[in-house]
Amino acid sequence: MSEDLHPLERFLRGGMIPHIWCEGCGNGIILNCFVRALEEIEIDVNKVVVVSGIGCIGRLSGYTNTDSYHTTHGRAIAFATGAKLANPELKVVVISGDGDLFAIGGNHFIHAARRNVDIQVICANNFNYGMTGGQYGPTTPLDAWTTTTPYGNIERPFNLVHLAAASGAVYVARWTTLHVRRLTESIKKVLQKEGFSFIEVVTPCPEIYGRRNKMATGIEMMNWFKTASEIRNYSDPADAEITPEKIVVGEFIDVEKPTYDSLLRKMINQIQEKIRGEK
Amino acid sequence: MTQKRTVLTGRHFMQGDIACAEGAIAAGCRFFAGYPITPATEIAERMARRLPEVGGVYVQMEDELGSMAAVIGASYAGVKSMTATSGPGFSLMQENIGLAVMTEAPCVIVNVMRGGPSTGQPTKPGQQDVMQAKWGSHGDYEIIALAPSSVQEMFDLTIEAFNLSEIYRVPVIVLADEIVGHMWERVTIPPENAIKLIDRKKPQVSPEKYAPFMPSKDLVPTMAPFGAGYHFYATGLTHDETGHPQTDSAKAQQKLVQRLCDKIRKNSEKITKVSANMLEDAEVVVVAYGTTSRSAMSAVREAREKGIKAGLLRLITLWPFPDKEVSKLAKKVHAIVVPEMNYGQIVREVERVAKETPVTFMPKLGEDPHRPSEILDAIRSLS
Repeated sequence: MSEDLHPLERFLRGGMIPHIWCEGCGNGIILNCFVRALEEIEIDVNKVVVVSGIGCIGRLSGYTNTDSYHTTHGRAIAFATGAKLANPELKVVVISGDGDLFAIGGNHFIHAARRNVDIQVICANNFNYGMTGGQYGPTTPLDAWTTTTPYGNIERPFNLVHLAAASGAVYVARWTTLHVRRLTESIKKVLQKEGFSFIEVVTPCPEIYGRRNKMATGIEMMNWFKTASEIRNYSDPADAEITPEKIVVGEFIDVEKPTYDSLLRKMINQIQEKIRGEK
Repeated sequence: MTQKRTVLTGRHFMQGDIACAEGAIAAGCRFFAGYPITPATEIAERMARRLPEVGGVYVQMEDELGSMAAVIGASYAGVKSMTATSGPGFSLMQENIGLAVMTEAPCVIVNVMRGGPSTGQPTKPGQQDVMQAKWGSHGDYEIIALAPSSVQEMFDLTIEAFNLSEIYRVPVIVLADEIVGHMWERVTIPPENAIKLIDRKKPQVSPEKYAPFMPSKDLVPTMAPFGAGYHFYATGLTHDETGHPQTDSAKAQQKLVQRLCDKIRKNSEKITKVSANMLEDAEVVVVAYGTTSRSAMSAVREAREKGIKAGLLRLITLWPFPDKEVSKLAKKVHAIVVPEMNYGQIVREVERVAKETPVTFMPKLGEDPHRPSEILDAIRSLS
C-alpha cells in the first residue's frame, strides 16, 4: 500500500532493504540525504552511477535504485574514473568509507583529485574499520581505543578536507550526520558541479567505535557532534580539526577549474578535426 | 579519412607491441588505462597516440591496481577496454582481474612477460606467468589466455582476445613475451570489413524485467551498459541472478562459481586453438608456445631433414588448456618435449594430459630463448 512506502521509495532498490547497518549508525542518514538530493534537483537518474568500495557504507550502492557497482576494497575511485571517462554523459558518484578511500585507496583519491576527474566523492568517516569489528584506520583520533590500539592510538589521523584541498579538489566540505540539511545542500551542489568534489561526512559508529570510546549510543555520538561542531565556511581546511572538543565543519573550497574530462574531449576533438582536414 | 586511421590496412614492418595496439584498435577498443612497464610500455605509447585519433580514451593511472579497476569501469560503461603490463604490474592487477571475473566484465589484459620473480629481469624474455594467468587471483575461476608467437599474431590474437571477452564476458589475457613484444616483423593488416568483430549481447527485455546475471543458454548473461536506464547493481560479493548479494547462501555460491567456470569449461573446445605442424606421422613431438615455438619449429624441420619423424604442436590457447588436442596427440606419439622459458609450468598440464607418454621438460631461465640445436638434441635423444 502506498502509504507504507518511504517517500523516496523510487530511489531505493527493491528487495535490498532492510539494510545491514547497526542501530545508531549514521550511514542511513547519508543514504537519505543522497536520495533526497536526487529528488530535489533536476537530474536524469538514468545517468547516475553510484560506486562504492568495501566496508559498511560500501553496501550503499546496493540500496540506491540507480546503476551501481560495488568494487574491490579501495578501488571505487579508479573504477569511477574509467566509467566516467568512457561515457562523459554519466554522473558518477563514489560513496565510500574513510578506510576504503584513504588507506587502501588513498593513492587513487589524490590522483583523481589532481587530475580533476569529474566525479563526486562522499566519504563516510566513522573513525575506524567498522565492518571488520573496529580496528584503527587513517582517521582514528590520537589516543582512541580500537581493537588494534588496545593501549590507545599513537598514529596521527589524516585531516581529510585538508588532504582533498591540497590534492586539487574543486569542492571540499565537511558535515556531520547531524547537519542533514547542510549535507543535502552540499550533495545537491556537487551533483550539479563539474570536477572532483569531496564531501566528508562525520558519522556515528556507536556499536563498534563509540562504545570503546565512552560514546556507547548513537545519541551520545550525535551529542558530541552537536556540542563540538563549529561551522567555519571557507576557513583554511588545514585548520579544520576534529578533536573531542571541536569538530570544524563547513564548505571549505568551491572553485571552478577545467576538468580532466573537458580537456580530454577537447584534445580528442582537435585531433579528429585535424585528421578530417587531412583527407 | 577517419576510417583509414581506424584499421591500418596493408603490409607493415611493425613491432609486436605496436601490432598489439593496432589489433586492439581494429577490434574496437576505445579505452586504455595503464601504467608504464618494460617490456609493454610501447603498447601504452602507441595507444596514447592512436586512441584520440579514433575518438578513444587513453588514461595513465597511478598504478596497475587503478588501471585494472578503470578498465572494468569503462567496460561497464559499454566501451571495449584494455590494459597492458608485465609481471610486476600483472601481480597488482590480479585483485581486479578477480573482480572482472566475478562481475563478468569483458576486457583484455596484455602481459608481455619478462623474467621474474619480483622485479626480475625487466628486459629479458620469460614465460613465467603462465600459471599466474590461470590462478593469480583468489577463488575458483576460469579464464582465457592466448599466446602469440609472432608480430602478426600480436595483431590477430589481440582481436581474438576482444572477441572472446565479449562472447564469454570474461577477462582475456594476451600472454606475450618480451621477444614477440619487441621484435619487428612483417604484418598484414586486413581490410576493415574482413575483420570479424563480436559485441557483447545486450538485454532484450525491459529494465523492469532485466536480471543482470541471469544467464542465457550459453551460460553467459546479457549486459546493459551504465546510463541506459536499467538501474542494475553489480558486486564482487557472491550474488544471485538479480545481482543482489548472497553472502550466506551455499546454493548461491555453488550456482555462481560453477557457472563462471562452466561457461568457459563447457565451451573449451570452441575456444581452444592449436597449430599442428608435421604431426601426421610424428613419433617425437614438441609442445611449445610463444617465442619458444619458433625455435621448436626450426628444430623440427632440421630433425625431418635428418629423417627423424618429429612434429610440433604449437599452443595458441593456453587457458583453457587444450586437453583434447594434447591428449589425442599423446596417444599416438612415443615422446613429448616441452621447452619453456621458465622452470616448469605448462609442462605440468602436458604431463597431466599425456598420462603414460613420457614428457621431457627443457627449462630456460635468464638467457636468450632455446636455441633450435638444443631442442634438436632433445628430439634426437628421444627418437
